[in-house]
Amino acid sequence: MKISYKIDSKIPVGSLNEKWHNYKSTLEVISPQNRKHLDIIIVGSGLAGASASSSLAELGYRVKVFCYQDSPRRAHSVAAQGGINAAKNYKGDNDSIDRLFYDTIKGGDYRSREANVYRLAEISSSIIDQCVAQGVPFARDYAGYLENRSFGGTKVSRTFYAKGQTGQQLLLASYSAMVRQIGKGRIIMYNRHEMMDLVVIDGVARGIITRNLVSGKLERHAAHTVIIASGGYSNVFFLSTNAMGSNASAIWRVHKKGAGFANPCYTQIHPTCIPIHGNFQSKLTLMSESLRNDGRIWVPKNIEDAINIRNGKQYTQNIPEKNRDYFLERKYPSFGNLVPRDIASRSAKERCDAGFGIENNDTMEGVFLDFYHSINFYGLEKSKELGITNPSEKQIKYYGKKILESKYGNLFHMYERITGDNPYDIPMKIYPAAHYTMGGLWVDYNLMSTIPGCYVIGEANFSDHGANRLGASALMQGLADGYFIIPYTISDYLSQFLNKNNTISTDHEEFKKSEKQVYNNILKILSKKGNISVDYIHKNLGHIMWKYVGMSRNKKGLYKAITKIKELKNIFWNNIFVPGNIQDGMNYELEKAIRIADFLELSELMAMDAVNRNESCGSHFREEYQTKDGESMRNDENYKYVSIWEYQQNKSIKEEIMHKENLIFNFVKLKTRSYV
Amino acid sequence: MKAKKSLNFTLKVWRQKNNKSNGYFKTYKIYDISPDSSFLEMLDILNNNILLEKKEFPIAFDHDCREGICGMCSLYINGRAHGPENLATTCQLHMRNFCNDEIIYVEPWRAKSFPIIQDLIVDRSSLDRIMMSGGFISVGTFGHTIDGNLIPIAKSDADKAFDSASCIGCGACIATCKNKSAMLFVAAKISHLALLPQGKIERKKRVLDMVQKMDEEGFGSCTNTMACEIDCPKGISTENISFLNKEYITSFIR
Repeated sequence: MKISYKIDSKIPVGSLNEKWHNYKSTLEVISPQNRKHLDIIIVGSGLAGASASSSLAELGYRVKVFCYQDSPRRAHSVAAQGGINAAKNYKGDNDSIDRLFYDTIKGGDYRSREANVYRLAEISSSIIDQCVAQGVPFARDYAGYLENRSFGGTKVSRTFYAKGQTGQQLLLASYSAMVRQIGKGRIIMYNRHEMMDLVVIDGVARGIITRNLVSGKLERHAAHTVIIASGGYSNVFFLSTNAMGSNASAIWRVHKKGAGFANPCYTQIHPTCIPIHGNFQSKLTLMSESLRNDGRIWVPKNIEDAINIRNGKQYTQNIPEKNRDYFLERKYPSFGNLVPRDIASRSAKERCDAGFGIENNDTMEGVFLDFYHSINFYGLEKSKELGITNPSEKQIKYYGKKILESKYGNLFHMYERITGDNPYDIPMKIYPAAHYTMGGLWVDYNLMSTIPGCYVIGEANFSDHGANRLGASALMQGLADGYFIIPYTISDYLSQFLNKNNTISTDHEEFKKSEKQVYNNILKILSKKGNISVDYIHKNLGHIMWKYVGMSRNKKGLYKAITKIKELKNIFWNNIFVPGNIQDGMNYELEKAIRIADFLELSELMAMDAVNRNESCGSHFREEYQTKDGESMRNDENYKYVSIWEYQQNKSIKEEIMHKENLIFNFVKLKTRSYV
Repeated sequence: MKAKKSLNFTLKVWRQKNNKSNGYFKTYKIYDISPDSSFLEMLDILNNNILLEKKEFPIAFDHDCREGICGMCSLYINGRAHGPENLATTCQLHMRNFCNDEIIYVEPWRAKSFPIIQDLIVDRSSLDRIMMSGGFISVGTFGHTIDGNLIPIAKSDADKAFDSASCIGCGACIATCKNKSAMLFVAAKISHLALLPQGKIERKKRVLDMVQKMDEEGFGSCTNTMACEIDCPKGISTENISFLNKEYITSFIR
């Protein structure tokens, strides 16, 4: 197997607003009657995977889709809450494609590709129209038109939403488009199947090895092309907002087969998660960023108050207004509570590090998200509307709560379920947590990885978010890739297979070799009859990553992380205990062990990438590189590039080679990102 | 704040190797559980104990997002789907809802159309097959649709459609129904799509196809017991079922 590493991003020529339009006319198309001879494999059934599979199947290709859940409807996109952006300017606040493009580039701290981001902004409007046509019950105003709200990092209202369950509604829409094609027999769906390896024949992706999670059997699947839509890898932190099963195995195996891994160190830390409650916690739950529209974030001004709140000696409500520090509004008056995620997260950390945290947990980390003012404001407004001249406090509260409920009812409910506190009466407690990974497999403008024939879409690729992701842009990217980009670019690639007898048998030598490797790896894991559980390893890895490769990093810490990860890897491979035999059927422990083995390698690469980047940008905050006000300091001269890591066959992770894709900005001027 | 007291439980868990073998209840004791732990975290701890004893396999149960939205977690706890708390999935159920030293029964979803795979895990693909029969709007996916604002929808309709659409497909309604009927699940989808102008064109065909498929998959009939509404973690109302019945009957009238 030889992979030639030519980093060619294939960005079309021309001005920004013409690139995608003109480029599409140069792409090859395949006639409808020929499409049924072409096979496509899609790994993952979230927004990107489901939208791609339904579109491609509808075009007439033969599609196989794989997901590890019991139904494609359970992909983790379902958990996205806040909304999806589109430059529709329905609210007349001067929004435009250019503005969405600019906000996204700036929000990503100028570490994403101009052409990709512009295409995303261009497509955004079609996504909304498409989803409406599919029956997504977006929020509407009383005239019947689509409602909007605003999100972090922007000054316009461009986020479309369906209460706090936008991801669910969008996913169910693409899932329904998908089941329609499954019913027609154009998609074969493989539930409870996990991809174990990519099969590369003559340097081209031609299939995958999967494990049937119910029977335990390894299976081979061949196709003309493979699309990876397996999501992000934030579970490397153990405690994250990702679903428990979210994993990096698919992209990691593809990486080890030769695909470049881009910007692995960029992990977005989401500012509004429910704080950690104890040592046995398995998962962190996100409270949508949209809450920051109506919630004000604060900690006590006096450290004694913070201590008393933590110890339960002081009620939050008793702290007078003048003793509250609305630190985001104080530091960033023009964006206030709606600064981008990286900035909001770091500010919360800074306050908690200084001792002002309010949560009674081991780390004393947590800040308030207070809805009191909004309830008051909305209650008064509604009372006026109803003609109540002198509304009582009770009436104001009643109407105010009603309005908040209509906007975020399910989020408040979710919060109450988890914490036992009623957020309508007491401020929510929140703290940042690992969320979305902007890094991923490197792709060109066609969304193809460095392995020909292997496409990567959605969170699994690196392309559109730069060093940071603004709110409500992940759903946008997943659907843009799946519905509107991959159907065009993939036909260009697939056209070469026409008029040739080009099907590949799963008896091919490479399939056997791949399957054997997977088999041996599983045997190796099962053969260690140690005393350490997989969860123990995962939790410890999570601690290391959060402490040293989390919200802020420094060189010393990163080297420490690398050493500690290696120690942990040793423990894993010598002392792990996984029950059962290879011929056994369902085995959750084995599933977890296979995934954690991959996380142990990826985490090292994440740390290496963070060491290399001697600057602070977006979600990557290196303590050595900050302004005297504690803001991040970019180094455009030396680091305006995408780092792309190449795995060296049969060598350790530390020997991976880094390549660079220099980012060229012809249309935007790089500025210091300021939200003051 | 007072340190909350930790809790001890006796668990009677349904163990079953696979669909062909017989299942049985096995008793486990578990100690020192924080009231703030979720039910699934408590099972994680139990599983870790079972694992390290190396005598048997940990208990297999389904779960994924652990924030109440993916619909993957199941479990019939003390005779109720998703346990004693209303409007909560199993992952949102916390141990503070149980008493110290309580005996807790944990079983898989029970329905003919949900065959057991292992222990507490069942196969819910019958729900996907019902969706395949018509749970969609047959629009192409290429973006050549009209502008979203050209289809104005009354706010009340959009809100109602949203409420129906918030079904997570967990199957609690079926597991808890004495007839093992899938009416609430199907009705939610029928209502969601029929309430919106985009879904009206196919509404007659949709309701006929979905109801037929539901019967084919072996789900029982609805006898208006309304247990489904009580155990639905998302509060899907049985009004949807009335709506479905109306849709079904009127579909015969031209």
